[in-house]
Amino acid sequence: MSHFKLVQEFLEQSAQRFPDKIALVCGDNRLTYSELENHANRLANGLRMKGIQRGDRVALFLQNSVELVIGIFAVLKCDAVFVVINATTKTDKLVYILNNCEVSALIFSSQQKRMVPELRRSCPSIRFFILAGENNSSEEIESECFTWKEILDSSTANQLPAKNIDLDLACLIYTSGSTGEPKGVMSDHSNIIFAVNSITSYIGNSEDDIVINVLPLSFDYGLYQLFMVFSFGGRLILEKGFSYPAQILSIIEKEKVTGFPGVPTIFSILVNMDLSSYNLSSLRYMTNTAAALPPAHILKIRDTFPGVRLFSMYGLTETKRTLYLPPSQLDVRPDSVGIAIPGTEVWIEDENGNRLGAGQVGELVVRGRHVMRGYWGDEELSAQRFRPGRIPGERLCYTGDLFRMDEEGYFYFVARKDDIIKSRGEKVSPKEVENILYKIEGVQEVAVIGVADALLGQAIKAFIVKNNSELTETEVLRFCRNHLEDFMIPKYIQFVDELPKTSSGKIKKTDLQ
Amino acid sequence: MNQPIEQKIKDYIAENILFTNEGYPYSEETSFLENGIVDSMNVMEIVAYVEETFGIRVEDREIVPANFDSVKNLANYLRTKGVNSQ
Repeated sequence: MSHFKLVQEFLEQSAQRFPDKIALVCGDNRLTYSELENHANRLANGLRMKGIQRGDRVALFLQNSVELVIGIFAVLKCDAVFVVINATTKTDKLVYILNNCEVSALIFSSQQKRMVPELRRSCPSIRFFILAGENNSSEEIESECFTWKEILDSSTANQLPAKNIDLDLACLIYTSGSTGEPKGVMSDHSNIIFAVNSITSYIGNSEDDIVINVLPLSFDYGLYQLFMVFSFGGRLILEKGFSYPAQILSIIEKEKVTGFPGVPTIFSILVNMDLSSYNLSSLRYMTNTAAALPPAHILKIRDTFPGVRLFSMYGLTETKRTLYLPPSQLDVRPDSVGIAIPGTEVWIEDENGNRLGAGQVGELVVRGRHVMRGYWGDEELSAQRFRPGRIPGERLCYTGDLFRMDEEGYFYFVARKDDIIKSRGEKVSPKEVENILYKIEGVQEVAVIGVADALLGQAIKAFIVKNNSELTETEVLRFCRNHLEDFMIPKYIQFVDELPKTSSGKIKKTDLQ
Repeated sequence: MNQPIEQKIKDYIAENILFTNEGYPYSEETSFLENGIVDSMNVMEIVAYVEETFGIRVEDREIVPANFDSVKNLANYLRTKGVNSQ
């Protein structure tokens, strides 16, 4: 039933099949497929009128919202490449990303309005801005900054003829890397369509599914919930986060949600709540990724939700999803993250490129159409992660994660090869946090590590050597809050007299805890 | 010292979540989440703070935006739980 050539067809075909079906519920807003299609076409025409051409990058700096969903499809309909940026990103990093991929236009919300003057100065590639939602301040909108309403009102709802083919880029997803600079993973249309078809086939989705998404669409796991639901014509309940678990549970009950994607932090909160007052019987499946669930939580989820199929999964943005554990295997091997997703293959290699067998530990290598196109503007890093396969022209993904396989061919995560921290399901580069800490006056030397944390998976801990100063923990945290996304702010700060070093003078992080 | 509940909440958020010594810079009606004042982990910290400081028990089902998403909502919620300025 795979009949999609371009990602925007997820919306376009569902709008033809189910024009009046509610496709998106976001707060008090309920939009049908045809309404979304109409708005996306209008915005696409507006973007084109303002000069957006095939291949241009358009950034969406928005929280989960109706405008973000419409914006994603509008950019695609304009043959352009969308870049969703986490709404808590601070100015320096935002400027880095916008300049890294030379965006032509930025769509933002009124909460971020104060950043616009700086972006005008620092990002010369931006030709215009669009303010999504209401202009709720009394200030005049400056030149080359348009409101959502004026763009939509002045554009037709005709569908632009698509010039792209499935080898053209659909989006860039920025992710943390060990170098400390974010890198933009390039996905072409065929990558996304393949991954969406593969994932929805093993979950067994149908148009009756109602999926609640509390994860940001800047995170590929969240973004793909949108794509998956629109591909099968279901309904997406889009929430801004999981800050108010009781509210999410009420919504699951009220909207009769069937699918709940989460990360370990979310499941950890859920299993510690009293769920007896909610009727959650509509739930049919749950998915977990980012890190393995503790076996105790798996048992608790299965006890609490006996009718729910729980999928343990593993993936990285560079291949979207890589492995999944069929729910029938959960009791047999609860600590496994499973097998390759349908239509793909994986194996384990040692450092010399030899394939390893059961029980041996090596790097997980991935082959399939979900292997993305590389990192935007970084050939060196791309060449490390994406390497040629046996057939000329094909790309394999070297995940940088160490795995082992059991006798029956199921895979188990062992460790990362780099020092990336996973906190709340998101990747955090210690280097990126260290780079920010080094900017604080009075900081002489720092080392950032992840420490085990029951709720977060790993919590971020910073060791700081002060430079004869009166620097306090509060000052450090304030600086972090102003310069780092929420999930990157250290939970622990420890001032030390010196850091452990190797004989060559490098900081020895393995001696820190 | 008699201090309104609102002031206590503002001081707590300024010092422990915004990490500033310059007071709470928003209005009492400003939504915490819409404006990025707190994130999901901070909500849990605020729950722990009010339980400890005001000696009340917060039920899971009470942790909703109507009770927790602004200084005003939180102060009103605490009053319904029998908390007075102290």
